[in-house]
Amino acid sequence: MAVPSDLAGAAFRDEAAGERLERELETVEREIAELKRITQSNQGLDLTRQIGVLEQRAEALQNAIARNPTPWQTVQIARHAERPKIGEYVAALTTDFVELHGDRAFRDDPAIVAGLGVVDGRTIAVIGHAKGRDTRENIARNFGMPNPEGYRKAVRIMHLAAKLRAPVVTLIDTPGAFPGKEAEERGQSEAIAKALIEMARLRTPTIAVITGEGGSGGALAIGVGDVVLMLERAVYSVISPEGCAAILWRDGSRSRQAARALRLTAPDLVGFGIVDEIVPEPQGSAHRHPDQAVAAVASAIRRHLTTLAARPVETLLQTRYEKFRRIGRLRDLGQVSEQSPRKHHAPG
Amino acid sequence: MDCLPHVDAYGIICAIESPRQREWSVRSVLNWIRRPKYASVERRDVPAGLWTKCPRCAALVYRKELERNLRVCPRCNYHHRLSAADRLTAVLDEGTFVEHDEGLVPEDPLEFVDERPYPARIDDAQRRTGLPEAVITGTGTIEGRRAVVGAMEFGFLGGSMGTVVGEKVARSAELAGSLSSPLIVFSASGGARMQEGPLSLLQMAKTSVALGRLSDAGVPFISVLCDPTTGGVAASFAFQGDVILAEPGALIGFAGRRVIEQTIKQKLPEGFQTAEFLLEHGLIDAIVLRGDLRPTLARFLRLFGAPEAPEPETVLAQSPSAGGGDNGRPL
Repeated sequence: MAVPSDLAGAAFRDEAAGERLERELETVEREIAELKRITQSNQGLDLTRQIGVLEQRAEALQNAIARNPTPWQTVQIARHAERPKIGEYVAALTTDFVELHGDRAFRDDPAIVAGLGVVDGRTIAVIGHAKGRDTRENIARNFGMPNPEGYRKAVRIMHLAAKLRAPVVTLIDTPGAFPGKEAEERGQSEAIAKALIEMARLRTPTIAVITGEGGSGGALAIGVGDVVLMLERAVYSVISPEGCAAILWRDGSRSRQAARALRLTAPDLVGFGIVDEIVPEPQGSAHRHPDQAVAAVASAIRRHLTTLAARPVETLLQTRYEKFRRIGRLRDLGQVSEQSPRKHHAPG
Repeated sequence: MDCLPHVDAYGIICAIESPRQREWSVRSVLNWIRRPKYASVERRDVPAGLWTKCPRCAALVYRKELERNLRVCPRCNYHHRLSAADRLTAVLDEGTFVEHDEGLVPEDPLEFVDERPYPARIDDAQRRTGLPEAVITGTGTIEGRRAVVGAMEFGFLGGSMGTVVGEKVARSAELAGSLSSPLIVFSASGGARMQEGPLSLLQMAKTSVALGRLSDAGVPFISVLCDPTTGGVAASFAFQGDVILAEPGALIGFAGRRVIEQTIKQKLPEGFQTAEFLLEHGLIDAIVLRGDLRPTLARFLRLFGAPEAPEPETVLAQSPSAGGGDNGRPL
């Protein structure tokens, strides 16, 4: 449908404009609800046309926001319940997929899905967070927040993949590792630390894709990829905006400000050299066009699988080492360090 | 709560320590106490008086006595936090520490401003601690065996890990690999540093690639968890040790207590996430009294076949110019 002229692209680059759109959308949605309520309590009053106009406006506003969201709006899109989930990616990417369960020690963690499948005739392992689509499924999957056994299952399947010389594809979409009592008792820190170090030296190609919410260490634990891809409206952050606001401003309601400060959007991450490639979302919202979004991700993964499979494993390991070793910004006042004989320096 | 039931009940380490060794170590420690290069943060936090009140047993302890006792309460054995510099002084052979990478200082890549700009927070932390960043790294010997060592400073922005901390830990791992000397890191950190955003998060990966390579090279890593070790530091290098030790009563965990209580909607038991809790759950090797750390680490270095270093005097005479790749200067 046609974009109303006041919502056409470049007019609202700045965040204030994005937030104005958001406020207008809230107003319009409130009005729609109000009109519907009036219709229900006054039989014979027909407001269909008025509601239709408002719904069109709401749709246009949503699209406009999705095309150019503020960081906080991006967080909302990244968390959207209808974004594609791991099941859809696995279905689009692989044939013959077999899910494997359990960490062989404690139990199976439904918040992480892992298994083997075939892509273009090549066996790969897929490991990823599993969010649910509705409340019931989310409770079963613990909202995609793994316990230690989830990371231990992930490591087990990574080792299996390395044994098979099968590339590993990880799909990242989690609010974070689960902050629970039992998670601490079973060593959440150790499980994540182990996943990091094992993935860092895994002797097979690794591709990590941040598809939705990249929530801190619980996301990064399966994110040490030779290639790191990120969907256009995904986020990747050291802490949730809410958590950051609560700590730094002592006010959880300043999440909007925190989302901006944390630099968690895909272009930010590319700028930092953390993400290699952004996978564009159809009209800026995977949840409205899930099939196209999933196809775009699958095609990007296929392309990188082909490239990485051609590289000797020693080259992969060296390149992966240098890639993660280099990340960061610092200054070397360096009367001492300039003489350092060691090779790997972070860029100044 | 940080109540410690019995000081002698901490796993194997107490058992392997003979009284003679302990006496020796304490006496030696007394001999080495000298003014550290960097001011101790905690020392400044203590009120101007000569006496310190123990937060656990409420005993008034003569401050100099507390310092002499490595900031362990002589009455109830409460381990007060120790600055990074004091920790290195307490553990290493006198005069053997050669600092590395002390020129690395943080940038402000996000131009992060909360209630105060990040650079102002850094300036403040540097002024208060006398340190450029939240970790000191270098080489030194313990009872004549060489190790690469790092000590985190909780007083520097909560010991948080930004680019510089990640970089120094990674460089230490690389140095340990090239020297074939074991790596020892004392952690004291709330986790990743928010003000460097995703770059802080990715330091967890940076330290992991470096420690993975060190492990593949067959060089051991001893991680000593001090109070507190949580978040992104716990969930990366601190728990990647081949041997993981902890100080009595240290708070160790992934998530903060408040976050967990809000998530599960119940109060956590006393002693949750303490070193004792972790030992019981099989997550660490042993709890070591601060006064026993030096002989314990020395024992591990011997068990690991760490190279014997030349006499300290020789090292001092040679360094820094002829330190065989050493790039630092003596503490």
